Amino acid sequence: MSYKTDMGRVIGLGSAKQGAEHWFGERLKAVALIPLTIAFLCIVAPLIGESHATVVTALQNPLKAISVILFLLVTFKHLEEGLQVVIEDYVHGKGALLTLLIVTKLGCWAFGLAGIFAVAKIAFSG
Amino acid sequence: MSDMNRGNRPLSPHLTIYRPQMSSMTSIFVRLTGIGLTLGFLLIVWWLLAAATGPGYFGFVDGLLTSWLGILVMVVSLWALWYHFLGGVRHLIWDMGYGFELRTADMMGYVMIGGSFVMTLLTLLIL
Repeated sequence: MSYKTDMGRVIGLGSAKQGAEHWFGERLKAVALIPLTIAFLCIVAPLIGESHATVVTALQNPLKAISVILFLLVTFKHLEEGLQVVIEDYVHGKGALLTLLIVTKLGCWAFGLAGIFAVAKIAFSG
Repeated sequence: MSDMNRGNRPLSPHLTIYRPQMSSMTSIFVRLTGIGLTLGFLLIVWWLLAAATGPGYFGFVDGLLTSWLGILVMVVSLWALWYHFLGGVRHLIWDMGYGFELRTADMMGYVMIGGSFVMTLLTLLIL
Protein backbone atom coordinates (compact mmCIF):
# COMPACT_ATOMS: atom_id res chain seq x y z
CA MET A 1 0.00 0.00 0.00
CA SER A 2 1.49 3.36 -0.96
CA TYR A 3 1.59 5.79 1.93
CA LYS A 4 2.23 8.79 -0.25
CA THR A 5 -0.20 11.71 -0.38
CA ASP A 6 -1.71 12.56 -3.74
CA MET A 7 0.51 15.61 -3.93
CA GLY A 8 3.55 13.48 -3.19
CA ARG A 9 2.72 11.02 -5.91
CA VAL A 10 2.22 13.82 -8.43
CA ILE A 11 5.50 15.56 -7.57
CA GLY A 12 7.27 12.22 -7.74
CA LEU A 13 9.98 12.76 -5.12
CA GLY A 14 11.11 10.06 -2.70
CA SER A 15 13.06 6.82 -2.88
CA ALA A 16 14.30 5.70 -6.26
CA LYS A 17 13.40 2.12 -5.21
CA GLN A 18 16.60 0.75 -6.79
CA GLY A 19 18.88 1.07 -3.79
CA ALA A 20 18.96 -2.54 -2.67
CA GLU A 21 19.48 -3.87 -6.18
CA HIS A 22 22.31 -1.39 -6.78
CA TRP A 23 23.96 -2.31 -3.49
CA PHE A 24 23.77 -6.02 -4.20
CA GLY A 25 24.93 -5.55 -7.78
CA GLU A 26 28.07 -3.82 -6.51
CA ARG A 27 28.83 -6.75 -4.22
CA LEU A 28 28.11 -9.27 -6.96
CA LYS A 29 30.58 -7.56 -9.30
CA ALA A 30 33.16 -7.44 -6.51
CA VAL A 31 32.80 -11.17 -5.83
CA ALA A 32 33.02 -11.91 -9.57
CA LEU A 33 36.18 -9.84 -9.76
CA ILE A 34 37.98 -12.11 -7.30
CA PRO A 35 38.44 -15.06 -9.68
CA LEU A 36 38.39 -12.81 -12.76
CA THR A 37 41.28 -10.68 -11.50
CA ILE A 38 43.37 -13.75 -10.76
CA ALA A 39 42.56 -15.17 -14.19
CA PHE A 40 43.41 -11.84 -15.82
CA LEU A 41 46.76 -11.65 -14.03
CA CYS A 42 47.60 -15.25 -14.94
CA ILE A 43 46.83 -14.58 -18.60
CA VAL A 44 48.03 -11.01 -19.21
CA ALA A 45 50.94 -10.53 -16.78
CA PRO A 46 53.20 -13.05 -18.53
CA LEU A 47 52.38 -11.41 -21.89
CA ILE A 48 53.64 -7.94 -21.05
CA GLY A 49 56.92 -7.52 -22.88
CA GLU A 50 56.42 -10.55 -25.12
CA SER A 51 56.42 -10.41 -28.90
CA HIS A 52 53.35 -9.52 -30.90
CA ALA A 53 53.02 -13.09 -32.21
CA THR A 54 53.09 -14.53 -28.70
CA VAL A 55 50.41 -12.13 -27.47
CA VAL A 56 48.17 -12.78 -30.46
CA THR A 57 48.52 -16.57 -30.16
CA ALA A 58 47.71 -16.42 -26.46
CA LEU A 59 44.57 -14.34 -26.95
CA GLN A 60 43.36 -16.60 -29.76
CA ASN A 61 42.86 -19.28 -27.13
CA PRO A 62 39.07 -19.15 -26.51
CA LEU A 63 39.29 -19.70 -22.77
CA LYS A 64 41.84 -16.91 -22.33
CA ALA A 65 39.94 -14.54 -24.60
CA ILE A 66 36.64 -15.14 -22.80
CA SER A 67 38.26 -14.69 -19.39
CA VAL A 68 39.87 -11.39 -20.37
CA ILE A 69 36.64 -10.14 -21.96
CA LEU A 70 34.63 -11.04 -18.86
CA PHE A 71 37.23 -9.36 -16.68
CA LEU A 72 37.14 -6.15 -18.75
CA LEU A 73 33.34 -6.14 -18.74
CA VAL A 74 33.01 -6.40 -14.98
CA THR A 75 36.02 -4.18 -14.25
CA PHE A 76 34.75 -1.26 -16.29
CA LYS A 77 31.28 -1.51 -14.69
CA HIS A 78 32.97 -1.60 -11.27
CA LEU A 79 35.16 1.34 -12.29
CA GLU A 80 32.11 3.29 -13.43
CA GLU A 81 30.34 2.80 -10.10
CA GLY A 82 33.48 3.53 -8.11
CA LEU A 83 34.30 6.75 -9.95
CA GLN A 84 30.67 7.78 -9.65
CA VAL A 85 30.76 7.73 -5.84
CA VAL A 86 34.12 9.52 -5.78
CA ILE A 87 32.81 12.29 -8.04
CA GLU A 88 29.59 12.56 -6.05
CA ASP A 89 31.63 12.91 -2.85
CA TYR A 90 34.04 15.60 -3.96
CA VAL A 91 32.44 17.60 -6.75
CA HIS A 92 29.89 20.18 -5.72
CA GLY A 93 27.45 22.16 -7.81
CA LYS A 94 24.94 20.62 -10.18
CA GLY A 95 26.58 21.65 -13.48
CA ALA A 96 30.08 20.35 -12.82
CA LEU A 97 28.76 17.23 -11.09
CA LEU A 98 26.45 16.22 -13.92
CA THR A 99 28.99 16.96 -16.66
CA LEU A 100 31.77 15.03 -14.92
CA LEU A 101 29.50 12.08 -14.19
CA ILE A 102 28.30 11.85 -17.77
CA VAL A 103 31.80 12.16 -19.21
CA THR A 104 33.14 9.54 -16.80
CA LYS A 105 30.38 7.04 -17.46
CA LEU A 106 30.61 7.44 -21.22
CA GLY A 107 34.38 7.12 -20.97
CA CYS A 108 34.12 3.87 -19.01
CA TRP A 109 31.80 2.39 -21.59
CA ALA A 110 33.96 3.57 -24.48
CA PHE A 111 37.22 2.24 -23.05
CA GLY A 112 35.66 -0.96 -21.78
CA LEU A 113 34.14 -1.74 -25.14
CA ALA A 114 37.35 -0.76 -26.91
CA GLY A 115 39.28 -3.27 -24.83
CA ILE A 116 36.71 -6.00 -25.40
CA PHE A 117 36.70 -5.23 -29.14
CA ALA A 118 40.48 -5.53 -29.25
CA VAL A 119 40.47 -8.95 -27.59
CA ALA A 120 37.60 -10.13 -29.79
CA LYS A 121 39.38 -8.94 -32.91
CA ILE A 122 42.50 -10.91 -31.97
CA ALA A 123 40.48 -13.96 -30.96
CA PHE A 124 38.51 -14.07 -34.20
CA SER A 125 41.58 -13.54 -36.36
CA GLY A 126 42.95 -17.01 -35.82
CA MET B 1 25.02 18.23 0.90
CA SER B 2 27.78 20.78 1.23
CA ASP B 3 26.80 22.44 -2.00
CA MET B 4 23.84 24.00 -0.20
CA ASN B 5 23.99 27.60 0.80
CA ARG B 6 25.27 27.37 4.36
CA GLY B 7 24.65 31.00 5.10
CA ASN B 8 27.20 32.07 7.69
CA ARG B 9 27.14 28.84 9.69
CA PRO B 10 30.48 27.01 10.18
CA LEU B 11 31.20 23.40 9.22
CA SER B 12 32.38 20.91 11.87
CA PRO B 13 36.12 20.18 11.59
CA HIS B 14 37.03 16.69 10.38
CA LEU B 15 40.39 16.16 8.68
CA THR B 16 41.99 18.81 10.88
CA ILE B 17 41.16 17.16 14.18
CA TYR B 18 41.22 13.37 13.74
CA ARG B 19 44.45 11.42 14.17
CA PRO B 20 45.11 9.09 11.20
CA GLN B 21 44.05 5.53 12.06
CA MET B 22 44.40 2.11 10.47
CA SER B 23 40.74 2.20 9.45
CA SER B 24 40.71 5.64 7.86
CA MET B 25 44.13 5.40 6.22
CA THR B 26 43.57 1.97 4.67
CA SER B 27 40.16 3.11 3.48
CA ILE B 28 41.36 6.24 1.70
CA PHE B 29 44.13 4.22 0.06
CA VAL B 30 41.55 1.77 -1.29
CA ARG B 31 39.87 4.78 -2.89
CA LEU B 32 43.17 6.24 -4.15
CA THR B 33 44.32 2.92 -5.64
CA GLY B 34 40.94 2.58 -7.31
CA ILE B 35 41.34 5.95 -8.98
CA GLY B 36 44.96 5.20 -9.91
CA LEU B 37 43.97 1.88 -11.43
CA THR B 38 41.81 3.79 -13.91
CA LEU B 39 45.06 4.95 -15.50
CA GLY B 40 46.52 1.44 -15.34
CA PHE B 41 43.54 -0.03 -17.12
CA LEU B 42 43.55 2.65 -19.80
CA LEU B 43 47.14 1.56 -20.51
CA ILE B 44 46.07 -2.08 -20.70
CA VAL B 45 43.26 -1.23 -23.12
CA TRP B 46 45.75 0.76 -25.20
CA TRP B 47 48.11 -2.23 -25.23
CA LEU B 48 45.29 -4.58 -26.27
CA LEU B 49 44.17 -2.26 -29.07
CA ALA B 50 47.78 -2.08 -30.24
CA ALA B 51 47.97 -5.87 -30.32
CA ALA B 52 44.78 -5.96 -32.40
CA THR B 53 46.16 -3.34 -34.78
CA GLY B 54 49.38 -4.94 -35.92
CA PRO B 55 53.03 -5.68 -35.10
CA GLY B 56 54.29 -2.19 -35.94
CA TYR B 57 52.07 -0.19 -33.63
CA PHE B 58 52.24 -2.96 -31.02
CA GLY B 59 56.02 -2.64 -31.03
CA PHE B 60 55.70 1.07 -30.27
CA VAL B 61 53.27 0.61 -27.37
CA ASP B 62 55.18 -2.40 -26.08
CA GLY B 63 58.35 -0.35 -26.15
CA LEU B 64 56.70 2.31 -23.98
CA LEU B 65 55.37 -0.23 -21.49
CA THR B 66 58.72 -1.99 -21.18
CA SER B 67 60.76 1.20 -20.80
CA TRP B 68 61.98 1.82 -17.25
CA LEU B 69 59.13 4.30 -16.68
CA GLY B 70 56.64 1.86 -18.16
CA ILE B 71 57.88 -0.97 -15.94
CA LEU B 72 57.64 1.34 -12.92
CA VAL B 73 54.05 2.25 -13.80
CA MET B 74 53.19 -1.42 -14.34
CA VAL B 75 54.71 -2.57 -11.03
CA VAL B 76 53.06 0.23 -9.05
CA SER B 77 49.74 -0.55 -10.80
CA LEU B 78 50.20 -4.21 -9.87
CA TRP B 79 50.71 -3.25 -6.23
CA ALA B 80 47.65 -0.95 -6.42
CA LEU B 81 45.60 -3.79 -7.91
CA TRP B 82 46.50 -6.19 -5.09
CA TYR B 83 45.95 -3.55 -2.41
CA HIS B 84 42.55 -2.60 -3.85
CA PHE B 85 41.71 -6.32 -4.23
CA LEU B 86 42.51 -7.08 -0.57
CA GLY B 87 40.64 -3.94 0.52
CA GLY B 88 37.62 -5.12 -1.44
CA VAL B 89 37.77 -8.54 0.20
CA ARG B 90 37.84 -6.78 3.58
CA HIS B 91 34.68 -4.88 2.60
CA LEU B 92 32.99 -8.12 1.57
CA ILE B 93 33.89 -9.65 4.94
CA TRP B 94 32.38 -6.63 6.67
CA ASP B 95 29.30 -6.82 4.45
CA MET B 96 28.71 -10.36 5.67
CA GLY B 97 28.76 -9.03 9.20
CA TYR B 98 32.13 -10.36 10.34
CA GLY B 99 35.26 -8.61 11.48
CA PHE B 100 33.94 -5.49 13.17
CA GLU B 101 35.80 -6.14 16.43
CA LEU B 102 38.61 -3.61 16.67
CA ARG B 103 41.45 -6.14 16.81
CA THR B 104 40.09 -8.08 13.85
CA ALA B 105 39.60 -4.93 11.81
CA ASP B 106 43.13 -3.74 12.59
CA MET B 107 44.53 -7.14 11.70
CA MET B 108 42.76 -7.05 8.34
CA GLY B 109 44.34 -3.67 7.76
CA TYR B 110 47.81 -5.12 8.30
CA VAL B 111 46.95 -8.03 6.00
CA MET B 112 45.98 -5.55 3.29
CA ILE B 113 49.20 -3.57 3.58
CA GLY B 114 51.58 -6.50 3.95
CA GLY B 115 49.62 -8.77 1.66
CA SER B 116 49.67 -6.29 -1.20
CA PHE B 117 53.49 -6.21 -1.20
CA VAL B 118 53.74 -9.99 -0.82
CA MET B 119 51.26 -10.67 -3.63
CA THR B 120 52.97 -8.14 -5.89
CA LEU B 121 56.31 -9.90 -5.35
CA LEU B 122 54.73 -13.32 -5.88
CA THR B 123 53.04 -12.18 -9.09
CA LEU B 124 56.30 -10.73 -10.42
CA LEU B 125 58.20 -13.89 -9.56
CA ILE B 126 55.69 -16.47 -10.74
CA LEU B 127 54.06 -14.77 -13.72
